[in-house]
Amino acid sequence: MSRSTESVATDPTEWDYAPAPESEAIGRVKERYLPFIDGKFVEGSGDDLVSVNPGRDEPLSTVSTVSEADLDTAVHAARQAYEGPWSRLSGAERGKYLFRIARGIAERSRELAVLEALDNGKPIKETRDFDVPTAAQHFFYHAGWADKLQHLGHGPDPKPLGVAGQVVPWNFPLLMAAWKIAPALAAGNTVVIKPAETTPLSALVLAEIIADADLPPGVVNIVPGAGDVGAALVRHPGLDKVAFTGSTTVGKQIQQTLAGTGRKLTLELGGKGATIVFSDAAIDQAVEGIVNAIFFNAGQVCCAGSRLLVQESIAEELLTRLRERVDTLRVGDPLDKNTDVGAINSRSQWDKITELTRAGVDEGAELWQSSCPLPDKGFFVAPTIFTDATQTMRIAREEIFGPVLSVITFRTPDEALAKANNSPYGLSAGVWTEKGSRAMAMAARLRAGVIWDNTWNRFDPAAPFGGYQESGFGREGGPSGLAAYLDTDDEALIG
Amino acid sequence: MSETATGVVPAAFADVVADEVRLRRFLDGLPGVDPVALEQRATALATRSIKKQSKLTAIDLAISMVDLTTLEGADTAGKVRNLVRKGLQPDPERPDTPRVAAICIYPDLVPVAAGALAGSENTGTKINIASVATAFPSGRAALPVKIADVESAVAAGADEIDMVIDRGAFLAGHYGKVYDEIVAVKQAAGAARLKVILETGELATYDNVRKASWLALLAGGDFIKTSTGKVSPAATLPVTHVMLQAVHDWKRATGEQRAVKPAGGIRTAKDAIRYLVAVREVAGPEWLHPHWFRFGASSVLNDLIMQRRTQLEGHYWGGDYVSLD
Repeated sequence: MSRSTESVATDPTEWDYAPAPESEAIGRVKERYLPFIDGKFVEGSGDDLVSVNPGRDEPLSTVSTVSEADLDTAVHAARQAYEGPWSRLSGAERGKYLFRIARGIAERSRELAVLEALDNGKPIKETRDFDVPTAAQHFFYHAGWADKLQHLGHGPDPKPLGVAGQVVPWNFPLLMAAWKIAPALAAGNTVVIKPAETTPLSALVLAEIIADADLPPGVVNIVPGAGDVGAALVRHPGLDKVAFTGSTTVGKQIQQTLAGTGRKLTLELGGKGATIVFSDAAIDQAVEGIVNAIFFNAGQVCCAGSRLLVQESIAEELLTRLRERVDTLRVGDPLDKNTDVGAINSRSQWDKITELTRAGVDEGAELWQSSCPLPDKGFFVAPTIFTDATQTMRIAREEIFGPVLSVITFRTPDEALAKANNSPYGLSAGVWTEKGSRAMAMAARLRAGVIWDNTWNRFDPAAPFGGYQESGFGREGGPSGLAAYLDTDDEALIG
Repeated sequence: MSETATGVVPAAFADVVADEVRLRRFLDGLPGVDPVALEQRATALATRSIKKQSKLTAIDLAISMVDLTTLEGADTAGKVRNLVRKGLQPDPERPDTPRVAAICIYPDLVPVAAGALAGSENTGTKINIASVATAFPSGRAALPVKIADVESAVAAGADEIDMVIDRGAFLAGHYGKVYDEIVAVKQAAGAARLKVILETGELATYDNVRKASWLALLAGGDFIKTSTGKVSPAATLPVTHVMLQAVHDWKRATGEQRAVKPAGGIRTAKDAIRYLVAVREVAGPEWLHPHWFRFGASSVLNDLIMQRRTQLEGHYWGGDYVSLD
């Protein structure tokens, strides 16, 4: 036997990627995390909660939570900080702190990326290349605004609102905290922020970064806890402003609670985004766009493109390509650098996705799932595509918040518009066409806060983000995001 | 697997090539390519982390796919003989290193390569002789001259012909002329496999790369190849993605598998592995074979050898420990 062929003697077409896990130690997970109140890490008087690693369905760490009395302390500290040093600092001084926080995130980016993947279940590829760098960008961007508020168009010296209570979701734990904290501080407010029950860890590492940045005590308070803590926070009478990102149900409750209090409110809620693909689209890249729209973060994204509206003349061709492409997605260990789709964040979310998927089958849609093997442990869902879905089905109307795509066909641009807009939500939409005039005409008539032209999930701190109808009101990012934290006396700007 | 494309247009596309009007309608009707999303996908795939045994397998696969190339005015018989020896035994200190796929040279040096390779197929994998032809690299010559160029290379023993398309005609929209030339060259090449160089650096847009890929596949090219190596940019990952997608689509439409060869600009083992990832995920794993994918390169071989030794021995070797050619 010739030696020269020995090393490729195995069938090369079976070449696959060896596991390439990032080291868990980089995440420096502590046994126990504490609330951050008035510049100190203190024991909360609520019950401890256990954060679960959804990639393995194992306990990851214990977190001390706050009680209502702790919330009073936190809100009081925020008020003191607002009236004391923070609102008297110049914009340039506030900017200096924000720059420090931004650099702190960048310096600890590897640690945060691993920690976030462990706590949330999303793949390290996403935390490393999206969540963490984008969080740092938000602080950098808003640091630049802190001494330029007079250029926002709200008069020569716009004033902050005061103390902001903020509640963030579990799907982008660090990034959502950054979206909330950075504009609030840049505008001169102080904050009490509650991370999600299932993903509190990265926000508490952000607390360490904030402490290291020497931010005056009480300017940022981070109060972990479950939904009851969030409810107590948003109704706290010591707040001037409430910002919430999460489910539409909870958003409605908050709006009821705050009605008549005079407190400012912004809500960023659910969505049922539509990707609209016309027959002249760049078909292979449209496939990429669809994959990004629904399988990024396993579809646990409020602006996910969970409905695909495809022109009937290319539906079959597009779906063939889409299925082939989705079959190449690697589902599994969130820490593996080659994982494309990680774990679902919690058992309850997994249950909800499974329940809605079953409803899709029961209502007569045709189910297709990727053949990718799933790990034995942890909360995983194979990428799922429902064809023959109709507007009447639950899978086409309800937010699934998972890697499940419902495909609906259309024949004319008007039909596509009508179907895309036929939803109580209105957060995101996307159009794939090589014809620019058609894309612009569609964008003008789509009722959604964010409309992507030949792309999906592109974010920038300078671009406002937010929704219509049941997707909430108010914008985050850009000048309009800052306005939501300023006393503009112009309700139109925040709602 | 050694068969060449028949040169007969599959029934599904017989109509398309009937005349230039229909050919243009077909090519201009192909779906567009969105550059932003294409480049985003190529960048994302390039972050695949290939480690341990899968890295070693990839390195050996990449070595076995190299078309070891010298295409200089200053080439001599001695240079070609050295190149052949290097291709037969890329790393003399590690004789288990695979041989390269082919030696790629100018037509007048084919007899030298044939002489140097004589008998080597009895001691291991056969190394093919690939010869550039058709007034390479510009392609600016009359068709009979190009045909004669091809015939002389085949007569001298070339197993593979690397032709260039008439980019001027393509850019002017004379798709029929480009098509007819490829068909004529394919016929002249006979049993030799035909690589059709699109020179993507001169085609400028991804839309054009897709059109030219389909044109070459319709005309019977066994390979579609990115570049001559004489124009910058040469091969890039996004361009190769478009071409891999084209052969994938071609196979779905006709059942025939055709090959792809990026050439120029691939210098490191890391680059090569990124291409293999693209082959696996865009075209499909069945393309992971020297018959279906090649690298047109020279310097990449030494980096592959150094990385191979690193994988086996646990430390890096300097360039001085690896033969130049």
